[in-house]
Amino acid sequence: MKPPARISFENVALEFAGKNGPVRVVDNVSYEIGNGEFVSIIGPSGCGKTTMMNMVAGFLQPTSGSVKVDGKVVTGPGPDRGVIFQEYGVFPWLTVKDNIDFGLTLSANRKPKAEREEICNRYMKLMGLSDFADAFPKMLSGGMRQRLAIARAYAVKPQFLLMDEPFGALDAQTRAHMQDLLLQALQTEGKTVMLITHSVEEAVYMSSRIVVMTARPTRIREIIEVPFPYPRDASLHEDPLFGQLRSRVRSLVMREYAAQARQSSE
Amino acid sequence: MLKRAALIIAPWLVIVGIWYALAYSGLINEALIPKPHVVAARFWELLTQARLPLDIWMSTQRVFLGVAAGITLAVPVGFVLGWYRQVRTFIDPLINFFRALPPIALIPLVVVYFGIGEIAKVVILFYASFFAGVIVMYEGIAQISPIYVRVARTLGATDGEIFRKVIIPLTVPHMLTALRVALGVAWATLVASELIAAQQGLGALIQNASSFFQLDIIYVGIICIGFIALAMDLAIRAFTKRLVSWQERIA
Repeated sequence: MKPPARISFENVALEFAGKNGPVRVVDNVSYEIGNGEFVSIIGPSGCGKTTMMNMVAGFLQPTSGSVKVDGKVVTGPGPDRGVIFQEYGVFPWLTVKDNIDFGLTLSANRKPKAEREEICNRYMKLMGLSDFADAFPKMLSGGMRQRLAIARAYAVKPQFLLMDEPFGALDAQTRAHMQDLLLQALQTEGKTVMLITHSVEEAVYMSSRIVVMTARPTRIREIIEVPFPYPRDASLHEDPLFGQLRSRVRSLVMREYAAQARQSSE
Repeated sequence: MLKRAALIIAPWLVIVGIWYALAYSGLINEALIPKPHVVAARFWELLTQARLPLDIWMSTQRVFLGVAAGITLAVPVGFVLGWYRQVRTFIDPLINFFRALPPIALIPLVVVYFGIGEIAKVVILFYASFFAGVIVMYEGIAQISPIYVRVARTLGATDGEIFRKVIIPLTVPHMLTALRVALGVAWATLVASELIAAQQGLGALIQNASSFFQLDIIYVGIICIGFIALAMDLAIRAFTKRLVSWQERIA
């Protein structure tokens, strides 16, 4: 018997109110994400990928169909689903340590002081921030801010990690480093991951499965399994199969970009 | 350190220098421009033998009360206007209507409704500081990025927790800026407020002196207002620096 899905989209459609009536953004998507999977959602920019993530995060409700997490319809955000945004969203008025501690002081996941201390130290170490415990975010680089955002999300022990272009604002080296850091962290604490990305390379390198979305209104174009076992490291980029998968995903995405361009010129 | 002190003092010396130059140049009738040392001597005389300490005390007290009341109201009102865009659309024209009215034009009405006592003066200062403060507050609050609230929600924060742990810390810098602006405006409005039959106060000092054409005393009053306002501003800035050292500053 197939294990139950952790995240499921059931005939999900979403419309925004536009100037000339409703605009359909997501069109009848059905898809399931299983336990421990790392699923990347890729597609042309503005196609509605982020909208899909926002429905899982609980920021948006579908117009029809349903988004379920562990069989329950999502009604709002919650600490079981950690969200990482492209713009980090670290709290500028709190130090690195207090940022990580923030979630642990909330009534939803309150922990005794000693345990909080231990959790903060663990995630500062995991994300290489131990030397900056008392620094304010204004002192940190972009990569460090994103590491802090990840540490803060991890601290409340989410079951899921939802990431919206998390490394989009970082330079190539920092980005590669962050990818490895995240893969390592996932090795020690398994999570079910949904990653929204523009980068074909990143999708193939990190995910166990890639969902290619069409131009707006977005549907699933194709689902591609990435068979490489974890842990993965940078040598994977040299693998011939890696190259094949990358070209396949790239050509699918390029075709959708072309479709999008045709749509907007009509 | 010494260089820094010199740089701070230099512009003041330049102003005193220009003042002397004008006084001695003969371009202006000597009776119309008291020399700096004459003003300084007058300052000392007023400070030690006459009413200047009382004037300073009365004016400071009025400014303090007016600003305290103005900011106490401006913070919640500015917050609501900044946070709820829909409310702002309707209230914004109203705020700008009242803000544009010069406090001096309201004096006759204030006298009618509040008499000529202390309350009337504080009301004028309250009016000036409230409208200055409320604008700074709501412009600041409206610029707060919604991402912090979203992040807090994903971590499991309730509405109450979001207010206490996210919105309040983000509001504090804007409150301090509103306070600074309100204090500046209140000192600027002081003379107008003391037009209402004031016996004491720096504004009253200036007006009495003007009736007797005592230009040196007018200068003393003006300079006192400037320096007290400057001292208060520096104090708030030092306090701000400690309280919100986390802020990223451009330049």
